[in-house]
Amino acid sequence: MICWNGLEPMVDFWQDYALPGAIIVAKIVAIIIPLLIAVAYLTYAERKVLAVMQLRRGPNVVGPFGLLQPLADGLKLFMKETIVPAGASRALFIMAPMLTFILAMLAWAVIPVDAGWVLSDINVGVLYLFAISSLGVYGIIIAGWASNSKYAFLGALRSAAQMVSYEVSIGLVIITVLLCVGSLNLSRIVEAQKTVWFVIPLLPMFVIYFISALAETNRSPFDLPEGESELVGGYFTEYSSMTFALFFLGEYANMILMSAMGAILFLGGWLPPFDIAPFNWVPGPIWFALKICFVLFGFLWVRATFPRFRYDQLMRLGWKVFLPFSLFYVVLVAGVLVAFDWLPTP
Amino acid sequence: MNALLAEYLPIMVFLGIAIGITLVMLVASRLVAAQNPDPEKVSAYECGFEAFDDARSKFDVRFYLVAILFIIFDLEVAFLFPWAISLKDIGLYGFWSMMSFLGILTVGFIYEWKKGALEWE
Repeated sequence: MICWNGLEPMVDFWQDYALPGAIIVAKIVAIIIPLLIAVAYLTYAERKVLAVMQLRRGPNVVGPFGLLQPLADGLKLFMKETIVPAGASRALFIMAPMLTFILAMLAWAVIPVDAGWVLSDINVGVLYLFAISSLGVYGIIIAGWASNSKYAFLGALRSAAQMVSYEVSIGLVIITVLLCVGSLNLSRIVEAQKTVWFVIPLLPMFVIYFISALAETNRSPFDLPEGESELVGGYFTEYSSMTFALFFLGEYANMILMSAMGAILFLGGWLPPFDIAPFNWVPGPIWFALKICFVLFGFLWVRATFPRFRYDQLMRLGWKVFLPFSLFYVVLVAGVLVAFDWLPTP
Repeated sequence: MNALLAEYLPIMVFLGIAIGITLVMLVASRLVAAQNPDPEKVSAYECGFEAFDDARSKFDVRFYLVAILFIIFDLEVAFLFPWAISLKDIGLYGFWSMMSFLGILTVGFIYEWKKGALEWE
């Protein structure tokens, strides 16, 4: 009996706390490790794709086909000295890259990879993503301020203004999708695309989303914050070693996140293009990964093709073209849904 | 309460793990790599010039203006979220209420456009 009484709380503890806790941690590791590998190989893919488009070879020395290049780059950054400029605010200076990287990873907690394959299937998934990606501006502002360097400061100002400008149109694009779904839950958004992917009825919104995502992640042709020829490295001019690496990883993780959001909102997430024999044999996560790669390839292709925008052109595009157009499209979609009584049942 | 906790607890654990990973990366690099700062190395980068003046100086007021415009339109987006979700329930009345709100906002938008608040020359 003594033994029994002693064991009961132990069993409870294992079943109620330790086991679910271990499962949560295992799931998180199962998100973070593939994510970091994907980020590493996205940098490799970028160099290879750019090289092919410019008739070069790209990295091909470290390992077979240069496949170990990202690891070598990471190791190099790891072994470098962490320089904190004399005039910088030390605590903020270290905090900024951490913030960028943590937010870039944290957003993945709500991304559904397949039906039910999600760490936390919260009701307000879209709002969560929107909030986390908005917080990303802080990393950049803090970095620019804390560095106490002119290039970093100007780069941070530009970058923040650019990100907030395009965030408005991304918000409106998300609203049009929500009108067609009637839920903020990301899994529900994917399931609503069983009959037709939203990219077909909402094609102009997908184009706006894609271009805004380029601006939001400070990618070429909107890479003014780090326009090498004028601002050196923009807001991370003063960063070195792992602090630089964290910015770099965070930026590429954000690119993958934006592609994943595009795949979920418009390209039907884990759903196959047609629900017929050869297509629905392929498991959902593979479709999801393929769609992410498709959008990411678009990011790289654009970088290889377009020259950089001027800053006034960038602001003009965001405020005078995208904002009115996406606002108009929200009204149009809502009007059509109400007029024909096509609103989804919640 | 319990259901809410079950949904958000993994995110909190994720946050903890993410903070842990970044700290480990920074601290490990700091410990492994040789650190020998000197005054030249830690001065602010200015393309070879001696760093002069503080970087935290005046900047263009237009950045401030963009931030204010962003607040207005982002609030509008935040206002549209619940409307978009519940349009079925609130029906035509809700639809036209939001249209009149957007109409007023559009008037303001046209005004600031004409005033040149969106110009970057």
